[in-house]
Amino acid sequence: MRAAELDPAYDLVVIGGGPAGLAAASLAARAGLRTVLFDENPDLGGQIYRAIATTPVKDRALLGSDYWRGEALLADARASGAVIATGATVWSLDARRVVGVSIAGATRLVEARRVIVATGALERPFPIPGWTLPGVMTAGGAQTLFKGQGLVPAGRTVLAGTGPLLWLLAAQLLRAGGRIEALIDTTPRANWMRAAPHLVDFLLSPYWGKGLRLLREVRARVPVLRADRLAAAGDDRLREVAFALDGQERRLPADLLLLHQGIVPNVNLAMAAGIEHRWNDRRLCFEPVLDADFATALPGIAVVGDGAGVAGATAAVERGRIAAIAAVRALQPDAAAPDAQAVRQHLSREEAGRAFLDCLYRPAEALRLPKGDTLVCRCEEVTAADVLRMAEIGVEGPNQMKAFLRCGMGPCQGRLCGLTVTELIARRRGTTPEEVGYYRLRPPVKPVTVGELASIPISDSERRAVER
Amino acid sequence: MFRRLSEAEAPVAITVDGRPIRARTGDTVAAALLAAGIDRCRTTPVSGAPRAPYCLMGVCFECLVAIDGVGSRQACLVPVRDGMVVETQHGRREAGR
Amino acid sequence: MSGHAASDYDVAVVGGGLVGVATAWGLAREGCRVAVLDEGDRAVRASRGNFALVWVQSKGLGLPAYAAWTLRSSEAWAGFARTLREETGLDVCFQRPGGFHLALSERELEDRSATLKRLHNQPGIVDYKTEILDHAAVAKMLPDIGREVVGGSYCPYDGHVNSLRLFRTLHVALHARGVTYLPNHRVDAIERQGGEFRLLTAQAEIRAARVVLAAGNANMRLAPMVGLSAPMRPERGQIVVTERLRPFLNYPVVTLRQTDEGTVMIGDSKEESTDPAGLTLGVGGTEAERAVRMFPLLANVNVVRTWSAIRVMTGDGFPIYDESESHPGAFTVCCHSGVTLAANHALTVAPMIAHGTLDTSLLGPFSARRFDVPAPV
Repeated sequence: MRAAELDPAYDLVVIGGGPAGLAAASLAARAGLRTVLFDENPDLGGQIYRAIATTPVKDRALLGSDYWRGEALLADARASGAVIATGATVWSLDARRVVGVSIAGATRLVEARRVIVATGALERPFPIPGWTLPGVMTAGGAQTLFKGQGLVPAGRTVLAGTGPLLWLLAAQLLRAGGRIEALIDTTPRANWMRAAPHLVDFLLSPYWGKGLRLLREVRARVPVLRADRLAAAGDDRLREVAFALDGQERRLPADLLLLHQGIVPNVNLAMAAGIEHRWNDRRLCFEPVLDADFATALPGIAVVGDGAGVAGATAAVERGRIAAIAAVRALQPDAAAPDAQAVRQHLSREEAGRAFLDCLYRPAEALRLPKGDTLVCRCEEVTAADVLRMAEIGVEGPNQMKAFLRCGMGPCQGRLCGLTVTELIARRRGTTPEEVGYYRLRPPVKPVTVGELASIPISDSERRAVER
Repeated sequence: MFRRLSEAEAPVAITVDGRPIRARTGDTVAAALLAAGIDRCRTTPVSGAPRAPYCLMGVCFECLVAIDGVGSRQACLVPVRDGMVVETQHGRREAGR
Repeated sequence: MSGHAASDYDVAVVGGGLVGVATAWGLAREGCRVAVLDEGDRAVRASRGNFALVWVQSKGLGLPAYAAWTLRSSEAWAGFARTLREETGLDVCFQRPGGFHLALSERELEDRSATLKRLHNQPGIVDYKTEILDHAAVAKMLPDIGREVVGGSYCPYDGHVNSLRLFRTLHVALHARGVTYLPNHRVDAIERQGGEFRLLTAQAEIRAARVVLAAGNANMRLAPMVGLSAPMRPERGQIVVTERLRPFLNYPVVTLRQTDEGTVMIGDSKEESTDPAGLTLGVGGTEAERAVRMFPLLANVNVVRTWSAIRVMTGDGFPIYDESESHPGAFTVCCHSGVTLAANHALTVAPMIAHGTLDTSLLGPFSARRFDVPAPV
C-alpha cells in the first residue's frame, strides 16, 4: 500500500502488527469501524509471530505450537476488512490523535477518532563490556533471523542472560540442528525466594508445563553454566566470552554471543505522544498509566500488548480485544461487539501466571548497571564512567545528562540506553527511578527525512511562526 | 556465523561493497549480510568502531547501510531485491547520498 | 540529599542555565564563594534548546548599545573558550568564520537589506561590516545552496559554538572551583535581613551577601522580591536535528548550522506557547521545507530528533542588567542570547558584581527602568 492511498482519516488507527494489534484491528473492523493497521516491517506478526506467513521454517516442530497460533490470528485480521499497511513506520502521534506515518519514503498525516498503540516491547539493554562488538547480538535478534530467514548460528555460539526467551531460542536452535557451546544463566539465586510466593499461580497457568519441558530439552544437550559477571572480549569482533561466578573466572572462545535479560515496553511513541508512564519496580521498567480498558489519559488513545507491560502473546491478544471493544462501544454503540468480561477473565489468569516469571527472571543489578569504560549509550558512545562523572558534579536527571553527554541523542532515541541511564542516576543518588524520571521524548520517534518532514500539510499560522 | 536451514527460496542477486552476494527471497538486507558471513556493516560516526546488526527489529540502528545510493537505511527493515547495491557506511554519512 | 544546612556565600546565583553558570564562573574566578541554585531535571531550560550561535548581525535595532555590547562579547569569545579549555580540558569548538542570513525570495532579501540599513543608520551604532550578497557571491562560500536562495547578508563576526558542551564545561569548571551547585532548589522567596539575603527553597534556606537573579523567564517572578522588575515575554522555539553528516557547511546560517559533531540543526520558530514539552508538527515542517530549499542535499537526510524550548525573552528583546536600590547587593542578569553573551557575563559582568556594583556607563542602557511607562499627562 502506498502513502497516497491512505484516507485522511479513519475511525481507528492501530499502530503495530503483533498479536495485540492484529487482534484489535480484526475485532474493530468486523464490528464495522473503518480501521487501518500500520506495521513498519515488511510482514505482519510483530516479534513473537515474526514471518508467520512467510517463514522458510516449514517443519512446525522446530518453532513450536505457540508460534503457529499466530497463523489464525493473522488470517483473521486479513479477512476482517481492516486496511493493512506494512512497511509503514509511524513516527508521530499526538493528543489530537493525528498519526504521522511514512511508507516508502512518503509521509502522510492521518487523523483518527481512536488510536490503539500496540508497538510492543524490545530487549532490555544488556550493557556488558564489549556488547557493541560485531558477533554480539540479542537472542531476540537471532530468533528473528531463524523465523524470518531460517538462519541458524553456524560457529561457536554462546547464549547468555536470563528469561524464558533464552531457553525457547536454545530449544528452537537445537531442534534445527544448531550447536550451542553453552548457555550462561545469569538469573540471580535470590530470585527463587522472591518468586516462590507466586509459584501457585504459575503452576495454575499454562506456562509451567511448557517451561519445564523446555528447560529439560535444553539442559539435556547444552552445558548450562551460571554467572554473575559477563563480558564480550575481542579486538574488532567477538573472540571470547568471559564470565565469572563468585569471583571464579572462565573464558569461552566464541563467534556469536546471544544476549537476553528480558524485554521491556517500547515506550518511545507513547511517551512522545504525552502518555504518562510509571516505574514498575518488579519489572524494572516504565509502563504507561492505563485504566481497565487500557485507555490512557489522552482521550481516545489506548496502549495494549507488551507495550502496556510485558505479559506475553496471549495476554496481548486479549488486551487488544478489550481496547477494541471499548473503541467500538464509543464509536458505534449499536454494533455487535463481543462481551469484554470473558476476555478479561482470560487476561487475569494470564497476568497472574506472569508474576512468578517476572520475579524469577528479574535481571541482576550488576548486569543492568555497568561500570567504567563499558558503553551505556551505543549510538553516541557514552560510557558508564562518563555518566557517573556527571552525576558527581550534580547532574540529577536523564535530561540534563543527555544535554551534557549526548546519551539518548542518537537515532535509537534512548531505546538502548534510557533505562540504564535512569537506573545509574537513581543508584548514585540513592533514590528511585520513578523520582529520577526518563528522557523527554518527542516525534519523530523513528527517523524521517528532512524532505518528508517538509512535505506535511502546513497551516498559515505554522508557516508564520517560521517566516517572520 | 550463520547457515541457512533451507535453500528453497528463490535466489536474489545483490552486491555488497561491489561484491556479489547470493541472497534469498524473504531476506532482509541484514539477514543477507549475516548469511554471507559479513559481520560488520558500518563504522560509527563517533569513533569509527565497527558495528553489526544487534537487535534485528529496527530499534538499535546498528545495521545502518547505504542501499541503492541512499545512506543510513536500517538493513533489518529492507527486503532484498534483485540488483540491489548495498554499501557499508563508514563513519558519518555524506549529505546528498 | 535533604536537610542542607544554611551556609554563608558571597554570592548566590539563582539559575543554573548558561547565564547563571557563566556569571558564577566569573564570580568564582574573582575569588567569591558562590552557590548556584537551580531547578530540577525537567526544568524549562533555554540552555538546552538554543541554536548555539555567537551572533552579531541583526543585533541592536532599537538599542544601539546592544550592538556594541554584543560585538564586545564576540571579540572576547575566543579567549573565553581558550581559558575554559585550559581549565577543564574540554573544547567547546568555538568558531567564528562569519555567518549568513539567507533569503529565499526577493522580498525576503529586500526586507533584510532594509532592516540592516535601519540598524546601521542609528546614531552611535558600531559598524559590524554586514554586507548584502547575491546568489553568486553566497554560492562561493556556501557551494551547496539551492537555486531558490536569492542572496543573503553576511557578517564576518558571526560564529557558533557547541553550546551543550559549553553548558557542561561551565558546570565542570564550577565544580572544580568549589562552587556549590544546588539542583532542585527552586527559590520561593528572597528576603533581605541583617545585610544579607535569605533565599527560601523547599530544601533549605540559603544565605548570601549578594544575589544574582539569572533565572531566565523566572526572573519576572523573582525580581520584585528584591525591588527590581524584569518584564518577560516567553515564547517557544522549535529545532529540527539531523543525523551526523560529513562536514559540508563551513559557515553558520542563522536558521541552519552544522555542528562539530556533524549534525545539522534547523530552526527557527516563534510561537506564543510556553509549553516546552509540546511540538507543532507544521512548524517543524516549515523549518524543514526552508532547509531543503536552502540546501537541497538535505532532502533525504534523516531527522533524528526535534526539540522545543522556551526562549528567555525580555519585554523588548534586549538584555536586562540591573542593580537594586532598595535591596543593595541584588542584581538581575537576564537575556535572550545567553550563548553569545556568555563571554561578557563571565569576564565583564561577573567582575562588576564581585566588586559590588554594575558599571552603568556600559550597562545603563539595559536597566529595566527603560520599561517604566511615564505617567500619562
